[in-house]
Amino acid sequence: MAVIYMDNNATTRVAPEVVEAMLPYFSEHYGNPSSMHSFGGEVAQKITEAREKIAALLGAKPNEIIFTSCGTESDSTAIHAAIRSNPEKTHIITSRVEHPAVKNRFERLSKQGYRVTFVPVDHQGRLDVDYLFDHLTPDTALVSLMWANNETGVIFPIGEIAKKLSGRGIVFHTDAVQAVGKIPINMDETPVDMLSLSGHKLHGPKGVGVLYVRKGTKFTPFLLGGHQERGRRGGTENVASIIGLGRAAELAGDMMAGENTRVRRLRDRLETELIARIPNAFVNGDPAHRLPNTTSIAFEFVEGESILLMMNQYGICASSGSACTSGSLEPSHVLRAMGVPFTAAHGSIRFSLSTYNVASEVDLVIEKLPPIIERLRSMSPFGRQSAGCAPAQR
Amino acid sequence: MWEYTDKVKEHFLNPKNVGEIEDADAVGEVGSLACGDALKLSLKLDEKERIIDAKFQTFGCASAIASSSALTEMIIGKTLEEAEKITNEHIAEYLGGLPKEKMHCSVMGRDALEKAIACYRGDAEKQVEGNIVCECFGVTDLEIERAVRENHLTDVESVTNYIKAGGGCGNCHEAIEQIIHSVLHDESAPLKQQPRLTNIQKIKLIEETISREIKPGLERDGGDIELVDVDGGRVLVRLCGSCASCKMAQVTLKDFVESKLRELVSPELTVEEVD
Repeated sequence: MAVIYMDNNATTRVAPEVVEAMLPYFSEHYGNPSSMHSFGGEVAQKITEAREKIAALLGAKPNEIIFTSCGTESDSTAIHAAIRSNPEKTHIITSRVEHPAVKNRFERLSKQGYRVTFVPVDHQGRLDVDYLFDHLTPDTALVSLMWANNETGVIFPIGEIAKKLSGRGIVFHTDAVQAVGKIPINMDETPVDMLSLSGHKLHGPKGVGVLYVRKGTKFTPFLLGGHQERGRRGGTENVASIIGLGRAAELAGDMMAGENTRVRRLRDRLETELIARIPNAFVNGDPAHRLPNTTSIAFEFVEGESILLMMNQYGICASSGSACTSGSLEPSHVLRAMGVPFTAAHGSIRFSLSTYNVASEVDLVIEKLPPIIERLRSMSPFGRQSAGCAPAQR
Repeated sequence: MWEYTDKVKEHFLNPKNVGEIEDADAVGEVGSLACGDALKLSLKLDEKERIIDAKFQTFGCASAIASSSALTEMIIGKTLEEAEKITNEHIAEYLGGLPKEKMHCSVMGRDALEKAIACYRGDAEKQVEGNIVCECFGVTDLEIERAVRENHLTDVESVTNYIKAGGGCGNCHEAIEQIIHSVLHDESAPLKQQPRLTNIQKIKLIEETISREIKPGLERDGGDIELVDVDGGRVLVRLCGSCASCKMAQVTLKDFVESKLRELVSPELTVEEVD
């Protein structure tokens, strides 16, 4: 059975071009880039090139790029650097809808004596920017906000916030793991101090990430060790993956236009058709400010895990904001922060497309999903409520 | 991805007895949309109180649907009296096991069955018994107590897996811990109420308690204990290893050794150290 992969916010297929670029660095060119001999030095040259390619994608300078092991390490490093470089400050700000990599780090810090402000979002997942600025104090060390939400795709106005925060002596970090490669990002015009990205979300390999640190930003390493990354991140470079990520960044730049036209059209058709064919279904998140590849749709009166496992029968891969899929008992913190009613949050499904999706796959989901929802509703004691009545109040 | 058994998958993808019996003799409804799962069970009985048909409607994840389907298969053909004996563990066993985070699905099946039977017998709709401990999922102290007792649960996490209590905000974790503690304490209580022990029984029990309950605790700190004699209510012991030279030995003796022996053997015992 063919896999219909619409879970690209979880991870992506490594582009064949990326695999090709990586392979020689496992077998022939296995030198250590720190070595004095030219066998290692040639590898170091390739890392320099990868760094330049990533800098180009971000509109940054190569020496502002630090390679890490993943998005989570980048986030942890950024938060660590910001608070360690400002030891006298004890207030930090983030949003209520962050990825666990940031959320859990902030929750830990709040137990360690930091005052944490969690900025709310509205029912469409839009950040309450006024709330953010009302809560800034002279004691604020760090603001960390995601660029785009992994569950709903909602984009925060990072550029606007960065400009307003600039010059106040507050470190501004953004977790751009979901945004990089999908929407244009230009550090030259956006005064963000630090930015995290992850290789495997943009058709690069797993196990490699980047932390962008603007020149002049105070920095304290998180992983101490050798002089790699100019002493800002110890540990021998993950050479093949870094080279792969460089190639992926290049491809992402080339494919960005397609992502915002062809992929967006596929996503829009999927969303429109599902909503039209399935009663009591609605989109979570602000349709006007959203990643082009993501849609989160709530199907009321059914439970997400059941939907996923029935779609799995057809090879359709998506993910859910339901409690049952995560092992916790409460539905996603993102949907709850948006005030999505529990009746809908439990049955929310995220489809996240990529440049590898084709129209026939979208057709298949449009064909297969409505009967699945209908079947589960017919099994449910609440199924009657969904038959022909008005859509639920939001 | 959850590791479901083939039987769970089968009962999820092709559930048996889905629906509602029009002229049901008994109906049991549990759960709610907010909780993320709900089950409505309806039963048809013959004049001998044998379940001749059972149907379910379930809102929930794969294991909730599979547990409901399994339950109906298990009870059809049984008398109410036989069906009553089915526990959540039986449902899980029937399915070849459930992931531990999903045990609450089997509990939901048992609860619906219990409600249906109560409904048939005309037992007044049970008032919410006990006091709500977990506000997020509306779980009472009595329900927690029962789950702890029946499934031998020893920590908050497993209570959450079985009946959801504590799975939300987490404010009730301490209260749940207290309930677990009192149930565990209770289970050893029958020993206390035993009729007077003969001397031989008493000495045996003291020996057992020391080797099972007390020694392991002391050994963790490099200490040891030896029973020297029992004279009426006086238990004479010798402390060895690091306990012998420990300044806290007297505290250990009273707070740990004596209280354990009083709890598990007889409240009249006193412990004394001999050289």
